[in-house]
Amino acid sequence: MGRYLIRRLLQFIPVFFGATFLIFVMVWAIPGDPIRALAGDRFLPEQVRQELRDRYHLDDPLPVQYGKYMGGVFQGDFGDDFRGRPVTDLLAQRLPITVRLALLAFGFEVVLGIVAGILAGVRRGGFMDNLVLVSTLVVIAIPIFVLGFLAQLVMGVKFGWFPVSGVQRGLYSYLLPAMVLGSVSLAYIARLTRTSLIENLRADYVRTATAKGLSRRRVVGIHTFRNSMIPVVTFLAIDLGSLMGGAIITETIFNIPGLGRAVFEGVQRQEGTVVVGIVTFLVVVYMVANLLVDVLYAVLDPRIRYE
Amino acid sequence: MSDRDRERPSPGSPAHAGPTFEELEAEPIIRREGSLYADAWRQLRRRPMFIISGILIVILALMAIWPGLFTRADPRACSLADSLLRPSGEHWFGTDVQGCDYYARTIWGARVSITIGVLVTACSTLIAMLLGSIAGYYGGWVDAVIARLTDIWFAIPTILGGIVILRSIFSTRGLLQVSLVLIVLGWPTMLRLVRSAVMATKEMDYVDAARALGVRPFRIIRRHILPNAIAPVIVYATITVGVIISAEAALSFLGVGLQLPAISWGLMISVAQNRILTAPHLLLFPGALLSVTVFSFILMGDALRDALDPRLR
Repeated sequence: MGRYLIRRLLQFIPVFFGATFLIFVMVWAIPGDPIRALAGDRFLPEQVRQELRDRYHLDDPLPVQYGKYMGGVFQGDFGDDFRGRPVTDLLAQRLPITVRLALLAFGFEVVLGIVAGILAGVRRGGFMDNLVLVSTLVVIAIPIFVLGFLAQLVMGVKFGWFPVSGVQRGLYSYLLPAMVLGSVSLAYIARLTRTSLIENLRADYVRTATAKGLSRRRVVGIHTFRNSMIPVVTFLAIDLGSLMGGAIITETIFNIPGLGRAVFEGVQRQEGTVVVGIVTFLVVVYMVANLLVDVLYAVLDPRIRYE
Repeated sequence: MSDRDRERPSPGSPAHAGPTFEELEAEPIIRREGSLYADAWRQLRRRPMFIISGILIVILALMAIWPGLFTRADPRACSLADSLLRPSGEHWFGTDVQGCDYYARTIWGARVSITIGVLVTACSTLIAMLLGSIAGYYGGWVDAVIARLTDIWFAIPTILGGIVILRSIFSTRGLLQVSLVLIVLGWPTMLRLVRSAVMATKEMDYVDAARALGVRPFRIIRRHILPNAIAPVIVYATITVGVIISAEAALSFLGVGLQLPAISWGLMISVAQNRILTAPHLLLFPGALLSVTVFSFILMGDALRDALDPRLR
């Protein structure tokens, strides 16, 4: 376990610096004036521009620039907007909202996805199996922003079951956006659970358990279920990335003032530094979460530790 | 084949009364290689999933290559007097704010989406096949370097990375810029797949045999490994076309993808979102066509996987 952890942590270091360096290079080391590029069509007075150049150390050599930038990232500094307001303020204000939305979506997709996957997997080729396979395929195929507008139009406007936009009605107004956000991952989780369950149901230990006279319920619920969850857990880590991308779109559609909406507004208002700051923050969160899940993976599946 | 013939005694010699070693060894390989795809094809022809997705993809491809086949109206010929008409006999999908025929625009939108989907998938598959087979075949430090590089790229989620790169590098964004960014962000997943497929195939006896006969590594990869490792790549590439089309639309929707006056489904939905209550048709038609397109490619990938992946048989 210890060796696996150390190896995994050592692998994390180059990936972390590599990915942040890539983003850094693509944003700040492009030919021409990155500040100008990030400002888009907006006009920046010369003083503001120079101040921003100083702020982002653009007159230093590239390695020094990156060093100072990473130093800032480690201290939670993700840059300023063009009015000099730190992106961190925005993060503090918007992050809780996005976390609430993401947690709801996460709960929704995990519970429903696993239940659907198990129902489909225990009777392969049965009615539930086909229903789950077809419906998940449809959900996967519909892009999230089409699904979002459709849900808004049908469940919000037409039937009036849910608030159409905003967060005025507390947790209730998060429900529909969370369902939209979680729907694609729900489909993947259901399919993954199903495949993994079917595979595990063929294993010898399942036959042994059945031969011992255990009930089907216990064989599936206790013995097979735990082992089938291993690939699902790894998927959840990868899924976090699409959850973030999805949050940008969902928050935009449902007008939820979270981080994703802030990214969209940054794009609309030509606030390039805000966009870059928030996205860098999200990528860092994504990488750390992936690391944590890999560790969790080792706890769940002892086989991986001795590789 | 010719390499082998030289090494062995001629088949006609009296020592070989029964089938020669040559025949015994060569036959199953030929039959198996032929039969994976022949089998798959036989199976596919009877699958409704494959037939439906195949027909849809052919229609969409025709739409992309030859939009004139579906509509005579010019998508850029607009008259403001016809702004925001509801769907009717004259304008099947109604008209948009500028009074352009929405049916024509929706049809023409297929071209950008499918071009980007196919272009990005083809390029990232090529990169992945090249680097992936080198990494998988040679192993050792070459593999370590390529795998670590892949890990780094892999750590950046597509939509997030796309927003940052497109937002900061390009001031004007057309089909090429968007494709480039999606290629840059898309190859790592594919590379992992190719690498593991090549690593599994490398262990086969026929690869050992080829190596023992002195066949060069490049030729081994091209003739012996890739043809046998390509099935999962085909499956994944088909699904990727759908995923990329969806990603392009999402980026255009967010305002960092294609820009007006380009005709793209993502852009049309982006423009339509402000009028969702008064003119929902502006959203529904491109949304529906986009979904059908993504659906066909994913369905096709699923059908191919069922047919090509022997583990599931």
